[in-house]
Amino acid sequence: MLFASSIVRQLRKIAGRDAVLSAREDLMLYEYDGGVQRALPQAVVFPQTTEQVARIVKLAGKEGVPIVPRGAGTGLSGGAIARKGGIILGFSRMNKILEVDVGNQRAIVQPGVVNLDLSHAVAKHGLYFAPDPSSQKACTIGGNVAENSGGPHTLAYGVTVNHVTGLEVVLPDGRVVQFGGKPAESPGYDLTGFFVGSEGTLGIATAITVKLMRLPESVATLLAIFDSIDAAAQTVVALTSEGVTAAALELLDGWTLRTVEEAMHAGYPMDSGAVLLIELEGMREAVDDQKAAVIAVCNRLAREVRVAKDESERQRLWAGRKNAFGAVGRISPSYYVQDGVIPRTRVPDTLRRIEEIAKKYSLTIGNIFHAGDGNLHPLILFDSRDPAQMERTLAAGKEILAYCISVGGSITGEHGVGMEKSEILPLMFTPSDLDVMQRLHDVFNPACLLNPQKIFPMARSCRETNAAAHPAAGLAFTQGGPA
Amino acid sequence: MPLSIEPAPHASCFSAHDRPTWELYSTCVHCGLCLQQCPTYRVLGTEMESPRGRIYQVMLADEGRLPIGDAFVTHIDRCLGCLACQTACPSGVPYGHIVERARAQIEQRYHRPWLASWVRHFVYAGLLGDYKKLARWARRLRWYQHSWLARAVRASGLLKLFGLAPMEALAPQVSQAFSFEDFGAMFPARGERRGRVALLAGCVGSVAFDPLNRATIRVLQANGLEVIMPEGQGCCGALHAHAGRREEARTLARNNIRAFEQWSCDAIVTNAAGCGSAMKDYVDLLAGSSEDSETAASAQEFVKKVRDVTEYLAELGVRPPAHPLALRATYQDPCHLAHAQRIRSAPRELLRAAGVELVEMQHPDYCCGSAGVYNVVEVELAGQILEEKMDDVAATSVNLLVTANTGCMLQLRSGVARRGLPMQVKHVIEVLDEAY
Repeated sequence: MLFASSIVRQLRKIAGRDAVLSAREDLMLYEYDGGVQRALPQAVVFPQTTEQVARIVKLAGKEGVPIVPRGAGTGLSGGAIARKGGIILGFSRMNKILEVDVGNQRAIVQPGVVNLDLSHAVAKHGLYFAPDPSSQKACTIGGNVAENSGGPHTLAYGVTVNHVTGLEVVLPDGRVVQFGGKPAESPGYDLTGFFVGSEGTLGIATAITVKLMRLPESVATLLAIFDSIDAAAQTVVALTSEGVTAAALELLDGWTLRTVEEAMHAGYPMDSGAVLLIELEGMREAVDDQKAAVIAVCNRLAREVRVAKDESERQRLWAGRKNAFGAVGRISPSYYVQDGVIPRTRVPDTLRRIEEIAKKYSLTIGNIFHAGDGNLHPLILFDSRDPAQMERTLAAGKEILAYCISVGGSITGEHGVGMEKSEILPLMFTPSDLDVMQRLHDVFNPACLLNPQKIFPMARSCRETNAAAHPAAGLAFTQGGPA
Repeated sequence: MPLSIEPAPHASCFSAHDRPTWELYSTCVHCGLCLQQCPTYRVLGTEMESPRGRIYQVMLADEGRLPIGDAFVTHIDRCLGCLACQTACPSGVPYGHIVERARAQIEQRYHRPWLASWVRHFVYAGLLGDYKKLARWARRLRWYQHSWLARAVRASGLLKLFGLAPMEALAPQVSQAFSFEDFGAMFPARGERRGRVALLAGCVGSVAFDPLNRATIRVLQANGLEVIMPEGQGCCGALHAHAGRREEARTLARNNIRAFEQWSCDAIVTNAAGCGSAMKDYVDLLAGSSEDSETAASAQEFVKKVRDVTEYLAELGVRPPAHPLALRATYQDPCHLAHAQRIRSAPRELLRAAGVELVEMQHPDYCCGSAGVYNVVEVELAGQILEEKMDDVAATSVNLLVTANTGCMLQLRSGVARRGLPMQVKHVIEVLDEAY
């Protein structure tokens, strides 16, 4: 369904002629993101200022049209998909770093700034932005805020919410409000913390104040090589329980590391059962001590422990990890990345359970994950041309998550709930828990026009407002079809 | 990228000939890691102008959901073919092969306006396919460039009126002599003989970069190599393949394979990154055609020998020059060297050997916007991409900008001129030549 031309005209008036897409052949390029969901928006707008965002949101409210913010579209849970149609707000042209405050280690950025670009821009001051999702060379900070993204170094430094101190937010009625600011702590409710991870359902962040961390004096990157995944998993438990605080602790199983090695030549031995990629950061002396301790623990079960000799070897080891999902694309037409969390002490038995699930559904499942904080990313391979296989894939994914919950974990570590997991959210929460969340949602987004049908299960999502927010209400449509 | 929201109810918009197949495009898992590496995405910021989006459009057309109409053609045309996305891609998507085949489909199934069709035919089939014709037109252009007419036309503002000023600025200065004249000649090795190489002179190379070809021969000679320029060689076909004119590219490829087969040599060398990457791709190009079962074996042999001149000299070990230069310079990676052929260290090695101190710019492997004839066809966009590049170049504050591809040299020279930078633009080989 295409929009009535009057809405498109008004959008053009607000953002400019070349900042609005409304032809079907253009809109089809916004039906996807980095994940597996698909839905067609009715318009895509690229605002350049907060004021334009506010006017667009106001217009959407008046017309009863959904609004879905989108950064780079690298998300994996369907957060940037216009599930009920409507307007996608694309932030690729709001990509300026507004301020770098070196003394106070803060930066204020527009939501479209690419994660890694910020770190590059402040590197000359010895600073960087800590959240490091694997998509960091493409994903935007706005998207990181929406999904509360993590990354390998989450283990030491926390997720995005730990690095955002202030937000400028456009509310669904078009008002612009400020949450927090540069100080680490602000009085009253922590609305910044509440907003980060809200997946575009509470408001639209148009300026983000982030913490910048000082680049560590010394970094050591180690690769521990194991004959079995069990030995690697046991070592994760041993490392974390013996008081070694790694900056990152990543596990790749044999299948995954071979796939990655073939694609990236990262230096992972092809005949091993699993590897741990361990990074230590800090003062030189402390890193040296920790390195010795880590090597000692690993050596109990590892075949070999290698230490990256220089920056290029370090980069190579990390390139393997960061490009792992894509590397899987070389051998499988499609894959489904799960994102579950377990207590790290349960890593060994969870991996065994995943192996059983793979057998049960006759699927290949690779394991690559942030072992240090128990954030699993099982990669389930499938061929989307085979519907039966796709069904088995989804069932296997669900069973893995059910197991995560049963051992005291969670259904998402960093990819968000989005469309993908909204139906299984009740597995994690009681009806009362969900009610509280829903009421908070409704305070900000009562008409349910901001990123509708995300996070909450469909049966709950905007119960009262579902009818009113449906695009059929109050809108005249022109007929869709390739123009 | 097989998951679309609708099943494929329609017939494919593609023909079977030179078709971008599901096997090629389904390697894309639409992760988006290519986006920021794409020059058109960086400038325009839309999915349609991103590698992932172009692959998606190819899929939509193959599923019959998107016609090969104006929108499809615009977005596929706008790709510079820089292949930075291939470097960024963790899935190993053969993007170049996908987009060239998409363009082959456009050639088969889309009617361009008559003037565009005529110009394309004249340039690709006429000039670049026939060196006699090319020489004739090059002499005319040289006469124009040196005549009162050029001065008069520029002064009159006519070019500006017709939007042709940027094109005139980009047109290469036609050389005094043409490399064709040396076809069939042999240049002896100097010092201890280390082998024999055959040089591809190139189409634009022959008429606009003859001095570079001569410098290349001198440098190869100085490195103990005997150099031959096989008679009968022609254009490499890169521009044709990029434009989707794969049949013409195949004819040129077969011709070059025949011409170079006549001579035994250790390597087939080129000083143009674009030609090298096209020639290294002859096997894929000829695999698509049924009449090429015989050529296939010779193509394999040919491709094995193709080397960029910097690559070959670095492999061989470059001889230390007699007069090392005490210069500071920055190096721009040509896309078809860095991304298509994955050659980054060889040209830098040669520059260091020439005594040059390298000052690296930010993003040396971002495209300059030249991309074959792109800067002539997509003047405005190429100009914006060049601006981004010139910011990085200017920040190095050196006065020598070195690259390793003729197309990039033209584009970078126009960038330097536009900003009035006190900077020379040279090929790695020219710098090395000065040091010998």
